[in-house]
Amino acid sequence: MSDDGTSVNDGTTLLKPQLSKLLGWLALASMIVLALFGLWGAPKDAVQGDAQRLMYLHVPAAWIAYLAFGVTALGSALWLWPRTRATVWDRVAGASAEIGVIFTALTLILGSLWGRPVWGVWWAWDARLVTTAVLFFLYLGYLALRRIPAAPDARAKRCAIAALIAFVDVPIVHFSVNWWRTLHQQGTVFNERLDAKIHGVMAFTLWFGVLAFTLVFFYLLDKRYHLLALDEDREEREVQAAIAERVGAVTS
Amino acid sequence: MDLKIEGRTRVTAQQIIPFGLIVLLLFAFALDPDRGILRRVAPGLFWVTVLLASLLAVSRSFGIEADNGARDGLRLSGLDGPALFLGKAAAVAVQLLALEVVLAATVVLVYGIELNTLVPLILATLAATVGVAATGTLYGVLAAGVRVRETLVPVLLLPVVAPVLLGATRAWEAAIDGIPSDAWPWVALLAVFALLFTAIGMLAFGPLLEEA
Repeated sequence: MSDDGTSVNDGTTLLKPQLSKLLGWLALASMIVLALFGLWGAPKDAVQGDAQRLMYLHVPAAWIAYLAFGVTALGSALWLWPRTRATVWDRVAGASAEIGVIFTALTLILGSLWGRPVWGVWWAWDARLVTTAVLFFLYLGYLALRRIPAAPDARAKRCAIAALIAFVDVPIVHFSVNWWRTLHQQGTVFNERLDAKIHGVMAFTLWFGVLAFTLVFFYLLDKRYHLLALDEDREEREVQAAIAERVGAVTS
Repeated sequence: MDLKIEGRTRVTAQQIIPFGLIVLLLFAFALDPDRGILRRVAPGLFWVTVLLASLLAVSRSFGIEADNGARDGLRLSGLDGPALFLGKAAAVAVQLLALEVVLAATVVLVYGIELNTLVPLILATLAATVGVAATGTLYGVLAAGVRVRETLVPVLLLPVVAPVLLGATRAWEAAIDGIPSDAWPWVALLAVFALLFTAIGMLAFGPLLEEA
């Protein structure tokens, strides 16, 4: 991956160091701009007041969660496919799933903070909320599976299959929960709210938020990837050192 | 093979089924049987109990092979992955069905509900059982050979089978209320789930067993 001549980072980085640094600064700058627009630039919502400003974080966070799990599924599929099998994809899948779980949690927390003033409750048994909660637990289990030590290839295969199972399960959960909430009680009040048209600065801020969070996602992905690679490298070295020690003890 | 071992040891008959019955009894303690709550939530309680018991059945299914290098024996048996998967999943399904019959009889008699429209109810039960057995077997082999298998399988399995609990419970409610038209979409969903995960299991079981 890194062909820039730095011998230290061979194979352990996803992006070239300069590119990664640039991405980091861009992400930081866009987050500052987002904060300025979200807090002051965008007008106050007529109905929801200042609480609506949480949407500028909540919606991009949810988008990143989906993006991250998509990347995890893609990485896992590429690892399983014999022609494209490479450690890179296993690491990308793992790093992305971690970010996805964090942003799913963030989505739930932000949504809850927003729901309290606007809906009057912290939590509602709305289809979207329940699906997101199940999503959170699905990938939390995946991360638990990743933490279990095993031979790299065995672990990668196991995790890749688990990730694809989770990915396949998401639409089923989505459908079943949707049916559940619509067959039994007719359309909850807030289902259509997100479809409300928004204009001008508010729309710009929301889209800009999605862009800023996407930059943050790729920056974090690169960093997590690097850490995972270094971790694996360290483990490998420890094993080698232990073997050398054993051999030394036997021969002396 | 698993069923033969069960025939000799009777772990399901003597431990898993009593476990299910105790859970049903505990629900009655927790929910105060006098106010008719039990009758209203009986389908949900039934399926939660089945899911909990299925964790035991899956654990048992792979615990059998943990000792004496039996998994190596399975790998060397010359049977291919899909066949092994179907065999193990079928064994789990049969045990779960036996459990469900006993539990359903208990729910009807003790919680005092009536099962009105039997056809969708039975189909929903069969599809849900196959779905749970297939996913359970899949995650069982995924976690086979891992030291923390007992705690890992529930964390992985329960979120995945959440739609089964939802679908089976709604189908039962509809059947008990005597509105079969409400039950059919759920039966279809359960069937799709069962087929999908049986297919995934058949594909993935072989490669996973190699690594376990």
